[in-house]
Amino acid sequence: MTDISLDTLTSSTAPARRDIGLRKRYAAERRFRLYGVLAIAVGLAFLAIMLGSIVTKGYTAFWQTTVTLPISFDEKIIDPDNKRATDPDVLITANYPKLAENALIEKLGIDPKDRATVRKLKGFLSEGSRVQLRAIVAADPSVIGTTRNVDILAAANMDSAYKGQIDLSVPESRRKVSDQQVEWMNKLEAEGAMSEHFNTGLFSFGASSRPESSGLGVAIIGSFFMMGIVLLLALPIGVAASIYLEEFAKKNRFTDLIEVNINNLAAVPSIVFGLLGLAVFINFLGLPRSASFVGGLVLTLMTLPTIIIATRAALAAVPPSIRSAALGLGASKMQMVFQHVLPLAAPGILTGTIIGLARALGETAPLLLIGMVAFVADYPKTPFDPATALPVQIYMWANEAERAFVERMSGAIIILLVFLMAMNIVAIVLRRRFERRW
Amino acid sequence: MSFLTVFAIVLAIGLAAFVIGRQRAVAQDDGTVKPHSRPHYHGWWAFLTGVVPAVIFLASWGVGANAYLNSFVHSALPADVADGTVAHEDLAAGLVKSLASGLNRLDDKERVALPQTFAELQPMLSANGVALAPDTQDYMIPIAVETNRTADRLNLISAIVSIGVALIGSVYGLSRISPRTRARNNVEQIMLGGLVGASTIAIVTTIGIVLSMLFQTIAFFEKVSPMSFFFGTVWDPRFAAAGSGGAEGQFGLIPLLAGTLYIAFVALLVAVPIGLMSAVYMSEYAAPKVRALVKPALELLAGIPTIVYGIFALVALGPFLRDISAALAGGTPFIQAQSILTAGLVMGVMLIPVVSSLSDDIITAVPRALRDGSLGLGATRSETIKRVVLPAALPGIVGAILLTASRAIGETMIVVLAAGVAANLTLNPFEAMTTITVKIVNQLTGDLEFNTPQTLVAFALGITLFALTLVMNIVALYIVRKYREQYE
Repeated sequence: MTDISLDTLTSSTAPARRDIGLRKRYAAERRFRLYGVLAIAVGLAFLAIMLGSIVTKGYTAFWQTTVTLPISFDEKIIDPDNKRATDPDVLITANYPKLAENALIEKLGIDPKDRATVRKLKGFLSEGSRVQLRAIVAADPSVIGTTRNVDILAAANMDSAYKGQIDLSVPESRRKVSDQQVEWMNKLEAEGAMSEHFNTGLFSFGASSRPESSGLGVAIIGSFFMMGIVLLLALPIGVAASIYLEEFAKKNRFTDLIEVNINNLAAVPSIVFGLLGLAVFINFLGLPRSASFVGGLVLTLMTLPTIIIATRAALAAVPPSIRSAALGLGASKMQMVFQHVLPLAAPGILTGTIIGLARALGETAPLLLIGMVAFVADYPKTPFDPATALPVQIYMWANEAERAFVERMSGAIIILLVFLMAMNIVAIVLRRRFERRW
Repeated sequence: MSFLTVFAIVLAIGLAAFVIGRQRAVAQDDGTVKPHSRPHYHGWWAFLTGVVPAVIFLASWGVGANAYLNSFVHSALPADVADGTVAHEDLAAGLVKSLASGLNRLDDKERVALPQTFAELQPMLSANGVALAPDTQDYMIPIAVETNRTADRLNLISAIVSIGVALIGSVYGLSRISPRTRARNNVEQIMLGGLVGASTIAIVTTIGIVLSMLFQTIAFFEKVSPMSFFFGTVWDPRFAAAGSGGAEGQFGLIPLLAGTLYIAFVALLVAVPIGLMSAVYMSEYAAPKVRALVKPALELLAGIPTIVYGIFALVALGPFLRDISAALAGGTPFIQAQSILTAGLVMGVMLIPVVSSLSDDIITAVPRALRDGSLGLGATRSETIKRVVLPAALPGIVGAILLTASRAIGETMIVVLAAGVAANLTLNPFEAMTTITVKIVNQLTGDLEFNTPQTLVAFALGITLFALTLVMNIVALYIVRKYREQYE
């Protein structure tokens, strides 16, 4: 080919272009693109606002103010009649808060006879000191008569004040801490007796009517039991059902019926499963209310479709050549499935199961109906004991009026989200690590 | 013997049969006859012949014994209680049952010298950590004792029979072991049965849902006419505490249904445009890098539990909207803290990832050729999307919206926290309205008596909700499936 240089070509003026509204159309194109970006931005902005508002409200819940006091376990207060050797109830019913109050009076240098001032101390220390000091005495009765330093929880309002959440410029009568209490607080802080610690109680305490001594202990154990039950039941049943549908079932009415049912169950509102649990497990089978066992059963039924759908996808992704090879070497169909296909599908199944578990962990509505909205102060020992669950505990705190509960609630949400995030990350890592392209 | 120990014994027998069976099969293989199955299949076969019948017996006996004890307690109640209202009788039966389980916690010495009055019994029980309702009556003590005795007898029978069945079954399985026994086929047959059984659980669950709600709903309609439920415009169920006897109330579905649909509508107004536009952007415009970053973030939105959305509406968005409206109107807020708007907005955001992931699948399923044709004819990308891709994907998108709507109708925690409990009939989106799901939760939380219309209505509401979402899901799944076939 020979090159033709441009200037040898006869030049002609192009005909005037028809106006096809290009400018307008390109503007429309840009606008459309902008709508897309805006839509995504709105979604992400909402996510950021929501998480931000919860974290800013809740991160303070991980700290708790305590007052370190030299408590003298005065025999005259604990056991005035000296009959603890014969009557064990004495140690249980003793006036422990009085011990804490006396120690505080001494620490602040108040005259114990100045009744008016002493009365202002009310609401400075948590009533939870009763349980705390009782546990010390019960563990080692020989402390009676001695003095030892104990970190006593500050009451919820003092805790808020210490964290700077109470506006002190408001007139004294309209806020929950008095000027005198603030003065004491500053004094104790200067002496180093009042300080913030990491709030282990948030993870270990049970239900309580006082914010500072209530925690997620029971809820975490309850959720843990339920996740265990869901894993034990939903995983084997879900895998078995998927194996049947994917590998054995012939295409017929019965199989169609099962498939329609599974797809439909995946879309049934979760509260309906709660109604099922209430009517069948509690009223018909007579299982105990509020028990994590029943919660686990209900969540199992709810999670099954998720696990079945994920497992079937994982099984279908195993190439037919694996199956043919196994069958060709003389394996029976059952051996082919369990010894070759299932191990190869395991990562996909595991991912689906973890995602299903994460959904079950965050589910609240069905648990409300089977009575898990309960005031449970003691740790459940078995799945048949009354318990609550993490999201249910959040719901219960949301119904409390005090602001300290809102703080705890936001803290609990952070914990729940961290759990969920961890599960999802494990699922993603598993998928990345074991994913195989055939 | 408790259920669990019997179960453990049965399992232990099975395991022993497995070990013996395996060894027997190994011992029988002298090399003269080619064995049909590997030794461990013989072991499993012996295990299954022992355990399966025993466990089936144990489970069915357990359910039967429970039902028998129930009717036993009811028949043992004195005539004046049994002739009273059903609710009263159930209450008494419940007290007897909790008394019976409390008595089981006493030790033998205390149980022999049981006091005759509840006043004496209560301190004994509470010393053992059993707290009982104070209205337990004296006459219930002998009934509870008798119930416990019957239960013990039934348990003993079930333990003996199931262990016997396990032993006989294992011995039978072991006796069948010979080199030519088709043990593998037998085991695989039972495994297949197990697989079929597992997959029928989906059907059983659906039947369970329908039946359980249907029975309670029928019981409800015996007390309240279906007409006044489905067409009533007033929701005022009154309060029925345990033992108070049913107070009459009004159970009109219309205000709840209206609230449900209104809030779902507001939610869809938010979710559909945003979700659809982000799906379009993600599938048609976004660079792979952006997509890899933004998609998981949107999925994160889908992974957040709904209670978190509800709390956000309750403590942040609701008060915020109220304060803004107060500032706008100069003093009195015209948006209530709990309102249709708040609930709808938050629920809409929750549904964005649902809409976007469903429609993403559908948009990417539109064949490449359609796009190329349109672009080749000189259309811009947005014109291609608006005039070619979206119309082609329309049936699928309608299906996706229907699925989303069914999610919105069945959503509970957001509306419980953000929509309010007052059953209003209003068109003003700034006021509070309530939904079917909120009322189900309201009617069933707390210690309510079970057989009153006040609690039974929850099941009537539940079945309405189930029917509503079922129809939407089936239509949606049908449309989506049809659409997929169209382009495959």
